[in-house]
Amino acid sequence: MSAERRHPSTPFRQATAGAVTILPIFFAVLPIGLLFGAVAAQKGLSPFEVALMSAIVFAGGSQFVAIDIWQDPVSIGVMTFSALLVNIRHILMGASFAPKLKRFGSGQKYAAAFFLVDETWAVAERHAMTQTITPAWYAGLVLPLYAAWISSTTTGSIIGAALGDPARYGLDFVFPAVFIFLVAGFWKGPKTGAVLAASTVTAVVTHSFVEGAWYIAAGALAGVATAAFTADTEDAAPCPPGAALESGDPQ
Amino acid sequence: MSIEPTTLFVILGMAAATYFTRIAGFVLVSHVHMGKRLETALQAVPPAVLMSVIAPTAFASGYAEAGATAITAVAAFRLPLLAVIAVGVGSLLVLRAVVG
Repeated sequence: MSAERRHPSTPFRQATAGAVTILPIFFAVLPIGLLFGAVAAQKGLSPFEVALMSAIVFAGGSQFVAIDIWQDPVSIGVMTFSALLVNIRHILMGASFAPKLKRFGSGQKYAAAFFLVDETWAVAERHAMTQTITPAWYAGLVLPLYAAWISSTTTGSIIGAALGDPARYGLDFVFPAVFIFLVAGFWKGPKTGAVLAASTVTAVVTHSFVEGAWYIAAGALAGVATAAFTADTEDAAPCPPGAALESGDPQ
Repeated sequence: MSIEPTTLFVILGMAAATYFTRIAGFVLVSHVHMGKRLETALQAVPPAVLMSVIAPTAFASGYAEAGATAITAVAAFRLPLLAVIAVGVGSLLVLRAVVG
Protein backbone atom coordinates (compact mmCIF):
# COMPACT_ATOMS: atom_id res chain seq x y z
CA MET A 1 0.00 0.00 0.00
CA SER A 2 1.09 3.56 -0.64
CA ALA A 3 0.30 4.82 2.86
CA GLU A 4 3.83 6.00 3.61
CA ARG A 5 4.10 8.05 0.40
CA ARG A 6 3.45 11.79 0.53
CA HIS A 7 0.46 13.16 -1.33
CA PRO A 8 1.34 13.93 -4.97
CA SER A 9 0.57 17.52 -5.92
CA THR A 10 -1.37 17.57 -9.21
CA PRO A 11 -4.88 16.09 -9.59
CA PHE A 12 -3.58 13.79 -12.33
CA ARG A 13 -0.88 12.41 -10.04
CA GLN A 14 -3.40 12.03 -7.24
CA ALA A 15 -5.74 10.10 -9.57
CA THR A 16 -2.83 7.90 -10.67
CA ALA A 17 -1.92 7.21 -7.05
CA GLY A 18 -5.54 6.21 -6.39
CA ALA A 19 -5.55 3.90 -9.41
CA VAL A 20 -2.29 2.27 -8.32
CA THR A 21 -3.76 1.68 -4.87
CA ILE A 22 -6.85 -0.06 -6.27
CA LEU A 23 -4.92 -2.21 -8.80
CA PRO A 24 -4.81 -5.46 -6.77
CA ILE A 25 -8.53 -5.18 -5.99
CA PHE A 26 -9.20 -4.31 -9.65
CA PHE A 27 -7.77 -7.69 -10.67
CA ALA A 28 -9.46 -9.49 -7.78
CA VAL A 29 -12.89 -8.21 -8.84
CA LEU A 30 -12.68 -9.51 -12.44
CA PRO A 31 -13.27 -13.23 -11.71
CA ILE A 32 -15.98 -12.30 -9.18
CA GLY A 33 -17.72 -10.13 -11.82
CA LEU A 34 -17.51 -12.88 -14.44
CA LEU A 35 -19.00 -15.29 -11.95
CA PHE A 36 -21.82 -12.90 -11.06
CA GLY A 37 -22.70 -12.35 -14.72
CA ALA A 38 -22.69 -16.09 -15.41
CA VAL A 39 -25.00 -16.87 -12.49
CA ALA A 40 -27.31 -13.97 -13.41
CA ALA A 41 -27.53 -15.28 -16.99
CA GLN A 42 -28.53 -18.70 -15.68
CA LYS A 43 -31.40 -16.97 -13.80
CA GLY A 44 -32.58 -15.47 -17.09
CA LEU A 45 -31.18 -11.95 -16.97
CA SER A 46 -30.05 -10.48 -20.28
CA PRO A 47 -26.56 -8.93 -20.65
CA PHE A 48 -28.20 -5.50 -20.82
CA GLU A 49 -30.06 -6.10 -17.55
CA VAL A 50 -26.86 -7.30 -15.89
CA ALA A 51 -24.97 -4.22 -17.14
CA LEU A 52 -27.73 -1.90 -15.94
CA MET A 53 -27.81 -3.51 -12.49
CA SER A 54 -24.04 -3.29 -12.10
CA ALA A 55 -24.02 0.32 -13.29
CA ILE A 56 -26.75 1.73 -11.05
CA VAL A 57 -26.74 -0.61 -8.04
CA PHE A 58 -22.95 -1.20 -7.98
CA ALA A 59 -22.97 -3.28 -4.81
CA GLY A 60 -21.56 -6.78 -5.24
CA GLY A 61 -22.95 -8.24 -2.02
CA SER A 62 -26.55 -7.20 -2.61
CA GLN A 63 -26.35 -8.14 -6.30
CA PHE A 64 -25.24 -11.66 -5.38
CA VAL A 65 -28.03 -11.93 -2.81
CA ALA A 66 -30.57 -10.64 -5.36
CA ILE A 67 -29.55 -13.21 -7.96
CA ASP A 68 -29.51 -15.91 -5.28
CA ILE A 69 -33.16 -15.26 -4.31
CA TRP A 70 -34.28 -14.36 -7.85
CA GLN A 71 -37.37 -16.32 -8.94
CA ASP A 72 -40.10 -16.09 -11.53
CA PRO A 73 -42.21 -14.00 -10.99
CA VAL A 74 -39.83 -11.69 -9.17
CA SER A 75 -41.18 -9.39 -6.43
CA ILE A 76 -40.08 -5.76 -6.65
CA GLY A 77 -40.79 -5.17 -2.94
CA VAL A 78 -38.87 -8.22 -1.70
CA MET A 79 -35.87 -7.44 -3.90
CA THR A 80 -35.79 -3.78 -2.87
CA PHE A 81 -36.02 -4.63 0.83
CA SER A 82 -33.33 -7.28 0.50
CA ALA A 83 -30.98 -4.75 -1.11
CA LEU A 84 -31.72 -2.34 1.74
CA LEU A 85 -30.93 -5.02 4.30
CA VAL A 86 -27.69 -6.22 2.73
CA ASN A 87 -26.49 -2.63 2.32
CA ILE A 88 -27.59 -1.28 5.69
CA ARG A 89 -23.94 -1.34 6.74
CA HIS A 90 -23.39 1.54 4.30
CA ILE A 91 -25.13 3.85 6.79
CA LEU A 92 -22.42 3.19 9.38
CA MET A 93 -19.72 3.28 6.69
CA GLY A 94 -20.97 6.64 5.38
CA ALA A 95 -21.16 8.11 8.88
CA SER A 96 -17.54 7.11 9.45
CA PHE A 97 -16.42 8.23 5.99
CA ALA A 98 -18.19 11.60 5.56
CA PRO A 99 -15.98 13.56 8.01
CA LYS A 100 -12.91 12.46 6.03
CA LEU A 101 -14.12 14.16 2.84
CA LYS A 102 -13.26 17.71 3.93
CA ARG A 103 -11.84 18.53 0.50
CA PHE A 104 -15.10 17.60 -1.26
CA GLY A 105 -17.92 19.99 -2.21
CA SER A 106 -21.40 18.84 -1.22
CA GLY A 107 -22.21 17.71 -4.78
CA GLN A 108 -18.92 15.81 -4.88
CA LYS A 109 -19.80 14.18 -1.54
CA TYR A 110 -23.07 12.81 -2.89
CA ALA A 111 -21.29 11.59 -6.02
CA ALA A 112 -18.60 9.99 -3.83
CA ALA A 113 -21.32 8.24 -1.80
CA PHE A 114 -22.58 6.46 -4.92
CA PHE A 115 -19.20 4.73 -5.32
CA LEU A 116 -19.01 3.61 -1.69
CA VAL A 117 -18.35 -0.14 -1.75
CA ASP A 118 -16.62 -2.23 0.91
CA GLU A 119 -13.32 -2.38 -0.93
CA THR A 120 -12.91 1.28 -1.96
CA TRP A 121 -14.28 2.49 1.34
CA ALA A 122 -11.91 0.35 3.42
CA VAL A 123 -8.91 1.39 1.32
CA ALA A 124 -9.97 5.06 1.54
CA GLU A 125 -10.45 4.84 5.31
CA ARG A 126 -6.98 3.33 5.61
CA HIS A 127 -5.61 6.15 3.39
CA ALA A 128 -7.36 8.75 5.57
CA MET A 129 -5.43 7.55 8.64
CA THR A 130 -2.28 9.13 7.22
CA GLN A 131 -3.38 11.48 4.42
CA THR A 132 -6.22 13.72 3.29
CA ILE A 133 -8.55 12.23 0.68
CA THR A 134 -8.79 14.45 -2.41
CA PRO A 135 -11.56 14.18 -5.05
CA ALA A 136 -8.97 13.30 -7.74
CA TRP A 137 -7.42 10.51 -5.64
CA TYR A 138 -10.88 9.12 -4.87
CA ALA A 139 -11.91 9.23 -8.55
CA GLY A 140 -8.71 7.40 -9.48
CA LEU A 141 -9.56 4.83 -6.81
CA VAL A 142 -13.22 4.16 -7.61
CA LEU A 143 -13.63 4.64 -11.38
CA PRO A 144 -11.36 1.75 -12.49
CA LEU A 145 -13.20 -0.57 -10.10
CA TYR A 146 -16.57 0.69 -11.38
CA ALA A 147 -15.52 0.03 -14.99
CA ALA A 148 -14.12 -3.39 -14.03
CA TRP A 149 -17.35 -4.37 -12.27
CA ILE A 150 -19.64 -3.37 -15.15
CA SER A 151 -17.47 -4.91 -17.87
CA SER A 152 -16.69 -8.16 -16.03
CA THR A 153 -20.31 -8.82 -14.99
CA THR A 154 -21.57 -8.08 -18.52
CA THR A 155 -18.90 -10.30 -20.06
CA GLY A 156 -19.81 -13.03 -17.57
CA SER A 157 -23.47 -12.87 -18.58
CA ILE A 158 -22.48 -13.30 -22.24
CA ILE A 159 -20.07 -16.17 -21.60
CA GLY A 160 -22.67 -17.71 -19.33
CA ALA A 161 -22.14 -20.98 -17.57
CA ALA A 162 -18.86 -21.91 -19.27
CA LEU A 163 -16.95 -20.71 -16.19
CA GLY A 164 -17.99 -23.50 -13.86
CA ASP A 165 -17.84 -23.48 -10.09
CA PRO A 166 -15.38 -20.88 -8.71
CA ALA A 167 -15.02 -22.83 -5.45
CA ARG A 168 -13.10 -25.45 -7.45
CA TYR A 169 -10.28 -22.92 -7.84
CA GLY A 170 -10.63 -21.42 -4.36
CA LEU A 171 -11.84 -18.17 -5.93
CA ASP A 172 -14.66 -17.97 -3.40
CA PHE A 173 -11.96 -17.02 -0.90
CA VAL A 174 -10.62 -14.01 -2.85
CA PHE A 175 -12.85 -11.45 -1.14
CA PRO A 176 -12.60 -12.92 2.35
CA ALA A 177 -8.80 -12.67 1.91
CA VAL A 178 -9.08 -9.04 0.79
CA PHE A 179 -11.25 -8.24 3.81
CA ILE A 180 -8.90 -10.03 6.23
CA PHE A 181 -6.04 -7.95 4.82
CA LEU A 182 -8.04 -4.75 5.29
CA VAL A 183 -9.08 -5.68 8.85
CA ALA A 184 -5.41 -6.16 9.74
CA GLY A 185 -4.77 -2.59 8.57
CA PHE A 186 -7.17 -1.27 11.21
CA TRP A 187 -5.47 -3.11 14.07
CA LYS A 188 -4.69 -0.72 16.94
CA GLY A 189 -4.15 -3.18 19.81
CA PRO A 190 -6.26 -5.20 22.28
CA LYS A 191 -9.26 -2.87 21.99
CA THR A 192 -9.48 -3.67 18.27
CA GLY A 193 -9.35 -7.34 19.29
CA ALA A 194 -12.37 -6.83 21.56
CA VAL A 195 -14.28 -5.10 18.72
CA LEU A 196 -13.45 -7.91 16.26
CA ALA A 197 -14.39 -10.62 18.78
CA ALA A 198 -17.76 -8.99 19.47
CA SER A 199 -18.48 -8.60 15.74
CA THR A 200 -17.41 -12.17 14.96
CA VAL A 201 -19.47 -13.85 17.67
CA THR A 202 -22.56 -11.72 16.97
CA ALA A 203 -22.32 -12.17 13.19
CA VAL A 204 -21.85 -15.94 13.40
CA VAL A 205 -24.69 -16.41 15.91
CA THR A 206 -27.05 -14.11 13.97
CA HIS A 207 -26.12 -15.82 10.70
CA SER A 208 -27.06 -19.24 12.04
CA PHE A 209 -30.42 -18.18 13.51
CA VAL A 210 -31.71 -15.36 11.27
CA GLU A 211 -32.46 -15.61 7.53
CA GLY A 212 -30.92 -13.05 5.24
CA ALA A 213 -28.22 -10.46 5.71
CA TRP A 214 -29.07 -9.25 9.23
CA TYR A 215 -25.82 -10.76 10.52
CA ILE A 216 -23.78 -7.96 8.93
CA ALA A 217 -25.77 -5.19 10.62
CA ALA A 218 -25.90 -7.10 13.94
CA GLY A 219 -22.18 -7.87 13.96
CA ALA A 220 -21.26 -4.32 12.99
CA LEU A 221 -23.44 -2.85 15.73
CA ALA A 222 -21.97 -5.23 18.34
CA GLY A 223 -18.43 -4.19 17.38
CA VAL A 224 -19.26 -0.49 17.38
CA ALA A 225 -21.04 -0.78 20.75
CA THR A 226 -17.98 -2.55 22.18
CA ALA A 227 -15.79 0.31 20.96
CA ALA A 228 -18.12 2.87 22.51
CA PHE A 229 -18.18 1.06 25.88
CA THR A 230 -14.41 0.63 26.01
CA ALA A 231 -13.69 4.17 24.76
CA ASP A 232 -11.36 6.34 26.82
CA THR A 233 -13.34 9.34 27.98
CA GLU A 234 -11.66 12.63 28.90
CA ASP A 235 -11.47 12.12 32.69
CA ALA A 236 -10.83 8.38 32.77
CA ALA A 237 -7.84 8.27 30.44
CA PRO A 238 -4.25 8.54 31.70
CA CYS A 239 -3.14 8.10 28.09
CA PRO A 240 -5.23 9.77 25.37
CA PRO A 241 -6.85 7.57 22.70
CA GLY A 242 -4.76 9.27 20.02
CA ALA A 243 -1.54 7.94 21.58
CA ALA A 244 -2.72 4.35 21.45
CA LEU A 245 -3.75 4.94 17.88
CA GLU A 246 -0.33 6.19 16.82
CA SER A 247 1.75 3.57 18.62
CA GLY A 248 -0.36 0.78 17.14
CA ASP A 249 -0.08 2.11 13.60
CA PRO A 250 2.55 0.37 11.44
CA GLN A 251 3.64 3.71 10.00
CA MET B 1 -30.88 -5.05 -25.75
CA SER B 2 -33.73 -6.79 -23.98
CA ILE B 3 -35.17 -5.64 -20.69
CA GLU B 4 -38.34 -6.83 -18.98
CA PRO B 5 -40.42 -4.13 -17.27
CA THR B 6 -40.53 -6.03 -13.94
CA THR B 7 -36.79 -6.63 -14.02
CA LEU B 8 -36.26 -2.93 -14.76
CA PHE B 9 -38.31 -1.94 -11.70
CA VAL B 10 -36.49 -4.49 -9.51
CA ILE B 11 -33.16 -3.00 -10.59
CA LEU B 12 -34.41 0.57 -10.03
CA GLY B 13 -35.74 -0.42 -6.58
CA MET B 14 -32.44 -2.03 -5.63
CA ALA B 15 -30.54 1.02 -6.88
CA ALA B 16 -32.72 3.43 -4.90
CA ALA B 17 -32.44 1.34 -1.70
CA THR B 18 -28.68 1.02 -2.10
CA TYR B 19 -28.08 4.72 -2.76
CA PHE B 20 -30.29 5.57 0.22
CA THR B 21 -28.01 3.51 2.50
CA ARG B 22 -24.97 5.20 0.98
CA ILE B 23 -26.09 8.78 1.67
CA ALA B 24 -27.98 8.16 4.93
CA GLY B 25 -24.77 8.04 6.96
CA PHE B 26 -23.48 11.21 5.30
CA VAL B 27 -26.70 13.07 6.17
CA LEU B 28 -26.85 11.62 9.68
CA VAL B 29 -23.35 12.61 10.71
CA SER B 30 -23.70 16.21 9.55
CA HIS B 31 -26.57 16.72 12.02
CA VAL B 32 -24.96 15.08 15.04
CA HIS B 33 -22.33 16.61 17.32
CA MET B 34 -19.23 14.41 17.51
CA GLY B 35 -18.25 13.57 21.09
CA LYS B 36 -15.18 11.53 21.95
CA ARG B 37 -17.19 8.36 22.52
CA LEU B 38 -19.04 8.72 19.21
CA GLU B 39 -15.76 9.37 17.44
CA THR B 40 -14.22 6.21 18.92
CA ALA B 41 -17.35 4.26 17.95
CA LEU B 42 -17.17 5.53 14.36
CA GLN B 43 -13.48 4.63 14.14
CA ALA B 44 -14.47 1.06 14.96
CA VAL B 45 -16.99 0.90 12.09
CA PRO B 46 -14.56 -0.26 9.34
CA PRO B 47 -13.10 -3.29 11.13
CA ALA B 48 -16.47 -4.18 12.70
CA VAL B 49 -18.30 -4.18 9.34
CA LEU B 50 -15.56 -6.09 7.50
CA MET B 51 -15.26 -8.66 10.29
CA SER B 52 -19.03 -9.21 10.28
CA VAL B 53 -19.09 -9.71 6.51
CA ILE B 54 -16.44 -12.44 6.63
CA ALA B 55 -17.23 -14.06 10.00
CA PRO B 56 -19.74 -16.70 8.77
CA THR B 57 -17.47 -17.72 5.87
CA ALA B 58 -14.42 -17.69 8.09
CA PHE B 59 -15.68 -19.46 11.19
CA ALA B 60 -18.92 -21.26 10.39
CA SER B 61 -18.47 -22.92 7.00
CA GLY B 62 -15.88 -25.61 7.75
CA TYR B 63 -12.41 -26.48 9.05
CA ALA B 64 -10.74 -25.63 5.73
CA GLU B 65 -12.18 -22.10 5.72
CA ALA B 66 -11.35 -21.54 9.40
CA GLY B 67 -7.79 -22.74 8.87
CA ALA B 68 -7.34 -20.64 5.75
CA THR B 69 -8.68 -17.62 7.66
CA ALA B 70 -6.09 -18.09 10.41
CA ILE B 71 -3.24 -18.47 7.91
CA THR B 72 -4.46 -15.48 5.88
CA ALA B 73 -4.71 -13.35 9.02
CA VAL B 74 -1.07 -14.07 9.90
CA ALA B 75 -0.06 -13.20 6.33
CA ALA B 76 -2.17 -10.02 6.39
CA PHE B 77 0.11 -8.44 9.01
CA ARG B 78 3.25 -9.11 6.96
CA LEU B 79 2.58 -9.24 3.20
CA PRO B 80 1.11 -6.96 0.49
CA LEU B 81 -2.47 -7.49 -0.69
CA LEU B 82 -1.88 -9.68 -3.76
CA ALA B 83 0.40 -11.99 -1.78
CA VAL B 84 -2.22 -12.22 0.96
CA ILE B 85 -4.87 -13.20 -1.64
CA ALA B 86 -2.51 -15.86 -3.01
CA VAL B 87 -1.82 -17.22 0.49
CA GLY B 88 -5.56 -17.26 1.27
CA VAL B 89 -6.66 -19.02 -1.92
CA GLY B 90 -3.67 -21.39 -1.84
CA SER B 91 -4.08 -22.41 1.78
CA LEU B 92 -7.82 -22.95 1.27
CA LEU B 93 -7.21 -25.24 -1.72
CA VAL B 94 -4.60 -27.25 0.21
CA LEU B 95 -6.79 -27.50 3.32
CA ARG B 96 -9.84 -28.52 1.25
CA ALA B 97 -7.79 -31.29 -0.32
CA VAL B 98 -6.63 -32.43 3.13
CA VAL B 99 -9.72 -32.09 5.36
CA GLY B 100 -12.40 -32.00 2.67
